Amino acid sequence: MRQIIRVAALAVLAALAATPTLAQRTDIVVGLVLEPPHLDPTSHAAAAIDEVVYSNLFEGLTRFGPDGDILPGLARTWDISEDGLVYTFHLADGVTFHDGSAMTADDVVFSLDRARAEDSINAQKFLFADIEAVEAVDPLTVVVTLDQPNGNFPFNMAWGDAVIVAPDSADTNATNPIGTGPFRFVSWRQGDSVTLARYEDYWGEPALLDRATFRFIADPTAAFAAMMAEDVDAFPVFPAPETLSILEADPRFKVVVGTTEGEVILAMNNHREPLDNILVREAIAHAINRQDVIDGAMFGYGTPIGTHFAPHHPAYVDLTALSAYDPELSRDLLAEAGVSNLRLSLALPPPVYARRGGEIIAAQLRAVGIETDIVNIEWAQWLEQVFGNGDFDLTVIAHTEPMDIEIYGREDYYFGYGAPEFQKLWDELNRTSDTDARNALLGDLQRNISENYVNAYIFQLAKAGVERVELEGLWLNAPTQATDLTKVYWAR
Amino acid sequence: MSHAIKNSRKRRLTPSLVAGAGLSGAFVIMALLSLVWTPFDVTQLSVGSRLLPPGGEHWLGTDHFGRDMFSMILVGARTSIAVALIAVGMGMVIGVPLGLLAAARSGSVLDDIVMRGNDLVFAFPALIIAILITAVFGPGAVNAIIAIGIFNIPVFARLTRGAALSIWQREFIMAARLAGKGRVLISLEHILPNITNMLIVQGTIQFSLGILAEAGLAYVGLGAQPPLPSWGRMLAEAQTMIALAPHVALVPGLAIVFAVLGLNLFGDGLRDLFDPRLRGARA
Amino acid sequence: MLSFVLRRAFTLVATLMAASVVIFFTLEVLPGDPAAFMLGLNVAPEALAALREQLGLDAPVLLRFWQWVTGMLQGDFGISYTYRVPVAGLIADRLLVSLPLAIYALALAVLVGIPVGVLAAIKRNGPVDTAAMGLAQIGIALPNFWFAMLLVLLFSVTLRWFSSGGFPGWDDPGAAIAALTLPAVALALPQAAILARVMRSSLLDTLDEDYVRTARAKGLSRRQALWHHALRNALIPVLTIMGLQFSFLLAGGIIIENVFYLPGLGRLAFQAITARDLIVVRSVVMILVFAVVLVTFLVDLGYAAIDPRLRRGRT
Repeated sequence: MRQIIRVAALAVLAALAATPTLAQRTDIVVGLVLEPPHLDPTSHAAAAIDEVVYSNLFEGLTRFGPDGDILPGLARTWDISEDGLVYTFHLADGVTFHDGSAMTADDVVFSLDRARAEDSINAQKFLFADIEAVEAVDPLTVVVTLDQPNGNFPFNMAWGDAVIVAPDSADTNATNPIGTGPFRFVSWRQGDSVTLARYEDYWGEPALLDRATFRFIADPTAAFAAMMAEDVDAFPVFPAPETLSILEADPRFKVVVGTTEGEVILAMNNHREPLDNILVREAIAHAINRQDVIDGAMFGYGTPIGTHFAPHHPAYVDLTALSAYDPELSRDLLAEAGVSNLRLSLALPPPVYARRGGEIIAAQLRAVGIETDIVNIEWAQWLEQVFGNGDFDLTVIAHTEPMDIEIYGREDYYFGYGAPEFQKLWDELNRTSDTDARNALLGDLQRNISENYVNAYIFQLAKAGVERVELEGLWLNAPTQATDLTKVYWAR
Repeated sequence: MSHAIKNSRKRRLTPSLVAGAGLSGAFVIMALLSLVWTPFDVTQLSVGSRLLPPGGEHWLGTDHFGRDMFSMILVGARTSIAVALIAVGMGMVIGVPLGLLAAARSGSVLDDIVMRGNDLVFAFPALIIAILITAVFGPGAVNAIIAIGIFNIPVFARLTRGAALSIWQREFIMAARLAGKGRVLISLEHILPNITNMLIVQGTIQFSLGILAEAGLAYVGLGAQPPLPSWGRMLAEAQTMIALAPHVALVPGLAIVFAVLGLNLFGDGLRDLFDPRLRGARA
Repeated sequence: MLSFVLRRAFTLVATLMAASVVIFFTLEVLPGDPAAFMLGLNVAPEALAALREQLGLDAPVLLRFWQWVTGMLQGDFGISYTYRVPVAGLIADRLLVSLPLAIYALALAVLVGIPVGVLAAIKRNGPVDTAAMGLAQIGIALPNFWFAMLLVLLFSVTLRWFSSGGFPGWDDPGAAIAALTLPAVALALPQAAILARVMRSSLLDTLDEDYVRTARAKGLSRRQALWHHALRNALIPVLTIMGLQFSFLLAGGIIIENVFYLPGLGRLAFQAITARDLIVVRSVVMILVFAVVLVTFLVDLGYAAIDPRLRRGRT
């Protein structure tokens, strides 16, 4: 009799297993375009690392929320001294690394000191530049002293480059990452996928999925095929915007369009003739039809911008009218500048916004009498030639770091602006803590670079992703490059 | 790969020669036509009218930038011909003299160096080298030509040497040598004319391979740069559009297939026509 | 025979040495700095310097060349700049995809190409021959990424018989072979077409040779003459082509590996060039060159074993 019950029970179980519609899925396969070179976010700039590990594997003192607000991370609360120089972080209790060891204030001290050390290879060392000292008061309290007030410090600590690591595993995180997050590392099939599993001893709210696989698919056609063939459940940053209309029409999928921090600009070499002439830069800005670029390159996904600032930010000022599409005016300005037969090089890095967008911009410039030599260029070369040596006339590029208008204050930055009045405004901003006053100053900064036509501002990248309709909890926007899976689940 | 029909004693116009000549001719005519006339300007983008299906105004439809596909195919034929032809030319200009030299000094150190050099080039993975060349010198039609051309050199060198060696055995060469002619002169006056037909046949084949190679380079983002249209780049850029507007991927794909097919058939037909063994009988 | 083997072995070593020089110094002039690539836009100069030192990028060129060559001789290919793991392991993992894929594709090409070629030769100039050779011409003329894309659209997206790409690993051999099937078909098509053409013409040539005629004169049927004499001899040029095809398939899969996002050797090289992970690029190219040279060497030895005349010189 017992035997029969057991057989019956097995049969029922088998039937359940065979009908997947009854069982809710607890795993996910996420498609990413770029494979991370390794998995240590503290020693490489690649966004692909954060797209796998941020808030899944590794956590920092603070973290970015889905809409870009700064939320508590390992530090549940923090106090700021009157003069803004001393931050006291109160850490969460019961935090353990995935190897079982406890995470304490000493690990925080270690992580921050390591990142700002002389021989550090952290890619964003500026995040830690203001730190004077880091001390552990007790196992759950860390005091950070700054050498100048920095209202952005909690924001800095939210970056993936500022996550907390353990001294024992810091050097091997590249291949065997050990963090404090809700998922732990399982395996990495190089060239194919990274697999994570839920960390059962997580200190906070546990993850809803028990397994997550990141699969790396660089080819846009392959990405489309992988979605259609149901080999991948979600592609948060889908590389082929032209196929989104097909995927959207398919009842199996939903297309989610959110915002990113990426401003696509036509950067101009302000150091070089004739682009050092504001009239020429203004002429170029007026020659560009932004909507055509967005439609042609991104199939409509993107928001026109008139300055180097994210439109979804409260401090954003719409300045597109300053450089409205006006080829007639553009030709007049060129004549006024006394420039004719202008021929400029246009360097285009690999992403589709640059390659396709650049081709459209080249055609638009040709229409006002500016010839361009398109040079398709790899990232490594772009970094060395354009970014490192400033050897370029024009280039199309997305600046994806949040709140990076600061780069216009650096005269030695590759496009080379750094006007004194901009720097003055920037210093004033750093001394200001009142939100309204800060926003007003940010508006002035935006106006300054827009009125000086430092670069031509084209559009804000959209985060166009594709997901299975049943999936819930993936971020809509991309305040930082991350694929936060902590709240993701299958609704059906 | 010779499949000469040995029993036929006269030159034949085979169906493959006729079909191949037809397709290849059409291909060349398209390229020439593009020099004087295209229905639309291929540098003119019109995003508003993108991905239009083939029809009255745009015979083959428009691409993702709203450019006229028919015009692009015409101009692209020119690019493909230029890239493939110059690459083959490069292989011949360098490879044939090397092959002749190696054959003239058969068995010498020189011969060995040329042949081992050939082996060395052959041993390198072609596409990876092409990627490296463009990584060093930047992408562009010229560098694509060099990348394809380098791998044509050993093909022609080896072929030339082999064919030349067999001709060196002939009696009339012996006679020339007895008459006191130098090796270089013999190579130019007697050997080269006797292998020209074979070189033309191989050239046709390499030409078609060059068109395919250009498409492959374009797929990995090398090759001719915008705004110059090339069939390879049209096909590579159209890949993601295939579900949206199939004609954008089908048109350049079929253009490549027909051109390569035409050239290969033409090459085969020429081989039948010039059957080297028949020529041998007459020499 | 021994001196022949020694001479060939010497050539093999000399070719490899020449190749290592060419590879190393070509990559030396490649613009782009791996350290700058790794640290990105906001990098502090001292962090860049620290990383360059860590990676050993500041050592003199000749010293690095020496270390690379001597390391390889001991089976040590160095540590990848970006992946931070030994290059040897990285390459071994990728070979587990590329090698079976090349073998699979070659097997398909042989299984299709040889019978078609034989059939076409037997039915020379008939409709079967014309159709087979016509198809072969088309097979050669198809750009392979285009063909691969069409395969994915049909078999993965529409019919859902195979996954669109990726590689699940060899834990489940069935799944692994299924994952390699479409890529192998895409790679095999032009090779099968070439094999069919070579097989046909080679067989036609041998059928006309004197000894086959003699065999037929001695009373063997056409079919017996074909199977007993002609086919075996006709296979020699086919084997040469197969040797070339194998090394081509091993290296030439980059495009197909991209379309099917397979973690193969070609894609490793491609990614490594992009990231300026020169140590990986050098080693992959060296391995591929080695494979080609080795195959050529073995084919040469095989010939010499079959045909003693070849031992004296090379044609």
